[in-house]
Amino acid sequence: MYEITEKKVWSDEVPGIKEFKIMAPLIAEKQQAGQFVILRIDEDGERIPLTIAHKDLRNGTINLLFQEVGKTTMDLGKLKKGDFIMDISGPLGTPTHIERYGTVVCIGGGIGVAPLHPIAQAMKGAGNNVISIIGAKTKDILIYEDLMSATSDKLLITTDDGSYGRHGFVTDELKDLIDGERKIPIDLVVAIGPPIMMKMVCRVTEPYKIKTVVSLNTIMIDGTGMCGACRVSVGGKTRFVCVDGPEFDGHQVDFDEMMQRQRQYLKEEKIAVETHQHLCCK
Amino acid sequence: MTSPKEEGKKPEKKEKRPKIPRQPMPLQDPAVRARNFDEVPYGYTEELAKLESSRCIQCKKPFCIDGCPVRINIPLFIKKIYEGNILEAAQIMKKDNFLPAICGRVCPQEDQCELVCILGKKEEPVAIGRLERYAADYEAEHGKFEMPEMPPKTGRKVAIVGSGPGGLTCAGELIKMGHDATVFEALHKAGGVLVYGIPEFRLPKAIVQREVDYLAKLGVEFKMNFVVGRIRTVDELMEKDGYDAVFLANGAGLPVFMNIPGENLNGVYSANEYLTRSNLMKAYKFPEYDTPIKRWKNVSVIGGGNVAMDSVRTALRLGADNAYIIYRRSHNEMPARKEEIEHAEEEGVQFRMLTNPTRIIGDKDGWVRAIECIKMELGEPDESGRRRPVPIKGSEFEIETNAVVMAIGSGSNPLIASSTTELKVNKWGNIIVDSENTGRTSKKGVFAGGDIVTGAATVILAMGAGRNVAAAINEYLAYKAIGW
Ligand SMILES: Cc1cc2nc3c(=O)[nH]c(=O)nc-3n(C[C@H](O)[C@H](O)[C@H](O)COP(=O)(O)OP(=O)(O)OC[C@H]3O[C@@H](n4cnc5c(N)ncnc54)[C@H](O)[C@@H]3O)c2cc1C
Ligand SMILES: Cc1cc2nc3c(=O)[nH]c(=O)nc-3n(C[C@H](O)[C@H](O)[C@H](O)COP(=O)(O)OP(=O)(O)OC[C@H]3O[C@@H](n4cnc5c(N)ncnc54)[C@H](O)[C@@H]3O)c2cc1C
Ligand code: SF4
Ligand code: SF4
Ligand code: FES
Repeated sequence: MYEITEKKVWSDEVPGIKEFKIMAPLIAEKQQAGQFVILRIDEDGERIPLTIAHKDLRNGTINLLFQEVGKTTMDLGKLKKGDFIMDISGPLGTPTHIERYGTVVCIGGGIGVAPLHPIAQAMKGAGNNVISIIGAKTKDILIYEDLMSATSDKLLITTDDGSYGRHGFVTDELKDLIDGERKIPIDLVVAIGPPIMMKMVCRVTEPYKIKTVVSLNTIMIDGTGMCGACRVSVGGKTRFVCVDGPEFDGHQVDFDEMMQRQRQYLKEEKIAVETHQHLCCK
Repeated sequence: MTSPKEEGKKPEKKEKRPKIPRQPMPLQDPAVRARNFDEVPYGYTEELAKLESSRCIQCKKPFCIDGCPVRINIPLFIKKIYEGNILEAAQIMKKDNFLPAICGRVCPQEDQCELVCILGKKEEPVAIGRLERYAADYEAEHGKFEMPEMPPKTGRKVAIVGSGPGGLTCAGELIKMGHDATVFEALHKAGGVLVYGIPEFRLPKAIVQREVDYLAKLGVEFKMNFVVGRIRTVDELMEKDGYDAVFLANGAGLPVFMNIPGENLNGVYSANEYLTRSNLMKAYKFPEYDTPIKRWKNVSVIGGGNVAMDSVRTALRLGADNAYIIYRRSHNEMPARKEEIEHAEEEGVQFRMLTNPTRIIGDKDGWVRAIECIKMELGEPDESGRRRPVPIKGSEFEIETNAVVMAIGSGSNPLIASSTTELKVNKWGNIIVDSENTGRTSKKGVFAGGDIVTGAATVILAMGAGRNVAAAINEYLAYKAIGW
């Protein structure tokens, strides 16, 4: 059992965005940038992956930030400070490869900013010039501005509706940095966010041959390479996101196949939410 | 009541033993059971067990014992059943086999103890597995938990990686020798393949849980959600956490795909995924349980082993109209247990033999629509002695299907080998040991056994390895100073 020691509500709108601090000393001790956990709330729960957004070694805690997109994340959002989560397995996945590249552009879209944060931090720690671009649909759901600002040499912000920062997409800022007025040499791009955003970022960087790392969020069950549910095609080869990833060379990833595979349980996910709401109202 | 052949008494040569046929177990009706997840056989009644046990002629040189990998004293436990001392029978089995209720259900008896039973020469062998199951179930229901006498603690502690039959057996043996035993398991439930792979209708999960609970009562510690190689490496377990020895029993849990076109279409699963969803995550009870599984109308399972039979019968129970086994050799070569194949046939599984998939065909939205196969014929024998199937040119045809489940074997997961220093593996990734009797690996203090050493095998072999290794670890801990 893992205790929730703090809860923060980033947004109560639908879909809600919430963050937990959870007591998990062994996991905190081992966590490296890019790694995630798989949790199960209770006995009849599903196993879902969430990235470790922070850790606090001294207090033995990890932070998970999540968006309420379906049954499990909605259930999770209802838990309060002092409640327990039944199972948390981690840290899982291969840690981000950190080295001194030179200039690294870290791009986060939506809640993808949370998993991006430890990577930006580690890149900065390794002596890179870190430029971050974070984006959200609208100002109210922009997360981690302070944290990203603290770990970046420069922070650029975009919102789809223009309510804050630049009006537009993260890719607009990226294009400027690559080939616009503020053109600078870029050694590496790290992009985490909705698949379509990562796909677009890769489309922008590919002609310039700028190495681009993306973090994939496929459907998972065990997280140890046992089931193959998380498989994606990378460079024409089948890879398992939970052990070989979650990070891959974005120019090699078959995003269309991945997005198609993510939609496999849409119908069931709807049933799960409906059954759940039905039970809640009784 | 006396046994048919009292020990010491010379069997009367010409005594006409009434020919009692091998007693079948009562089963759920095939049409009904094909749509539910309850266990297929009901097990013997007292009368049936008695009748069946009377068939054993109590051989002086019982071949059956040689056929059992853990050498259970089969004639003796059968005699006890015949005499009505069922609890004693269970104790006798348990001396050599820690999980009789499980082995009685899933052991390939027809290739082991029953294969060599002397009765099999002229008629059908004694149903040893069914009797084993009967006595073990009886004990579970009527026996009382008695704390066995435990030796004084040795102060040594052993880490066991994996909670499958190999790991559980080893933990049980070690704790009874006075060592501390901690089982580290990657998943949230203990049991390995017994809980995530083998379905409820063949092995009720409550039986596995009972054995795990028993071990916990004896003092075995279980650490779940603990992926060795990630949260702790084997080296760290020994150096940081002070484990004196490690037993690697992490199984052969790596799914194998065929590398044919279309394998990443929606609706293609590894058997591991399909079975894990259904068994471990209880997706067959969705939406009562949160994990979903698709209830497809047409399901094709590729392969002919136990894993394939479990998958195809799961598909039926999830409501499939057509559930196919697609296998590239012929009926006789299927490696699955005979009983499982028969049960599958009775339930309406359709067998497409001498057929091999060549590609999976999707619709415009990326879902499986059909599987293209080629007809095979049997050619010359290959290295396994079975006749090699060869494709018949131009014989490709399509089977309409919504889902494809790959059950063509499993490889070894590289996570542990790649995160442990000095640990040698062979070219298939199986951990190399000096002998299966000791399970010593190339790394001092680290032992291995079960599927991770042998490749995918059987429950009883993994248990046997767990027991042998426990003895070897005991010896190692006693003489730790002496070289490896
Ligand atoms: C390595 C990794 C890290 C992730 N990190 C985060 C994070 O930090 N914060 C966050 O909010 N989300 C993260 N996700 C996504 C998160 O796991 C899903 O949002 C969650 O599983 C949805 O579950 P649900 O029951 O609430 O919704 P559902 O109704 O089940 O699904 C909603 C959507 O989530 C996806 N999804 C469903 N089941 C799974 C599953 N078992 N695994 C992955 N995706 C699934 C599907 O594409 C679906 O369209 C991560 C995913 C991966 C693979
Ligand atoms: C569907 C199916 C049906 C079968 N039917 C039969 C049958 O009828 N009869 C029969 O005799 N045999 C059968 N088998 C084979 C039998 O189940 C296996 O041979 C046996 O379970 C092997 O035992 P094991 O202890 O070596 O490993 P497993 O049972 O595979 O257990 C290994 C455990 O280790 C855990 N693990 C793996 N990696 C790590 C890690 N890094 N850290 C922590 N834990 C880890 C796994 O999660 C798993 O729980 C079947 C197998 C399958 C898949
Ligand atoms: S453990 Fe298996 S092989 Fe041994 S007697 Fe029982 S059923 Fe037969
Ligand atoms: S070989 Fe058969 S008949 Fe002989 S003791 Fe064993 S079970 Fe009985
Ligand atoms: S989640 Fe099962 S193999 Fe990756």
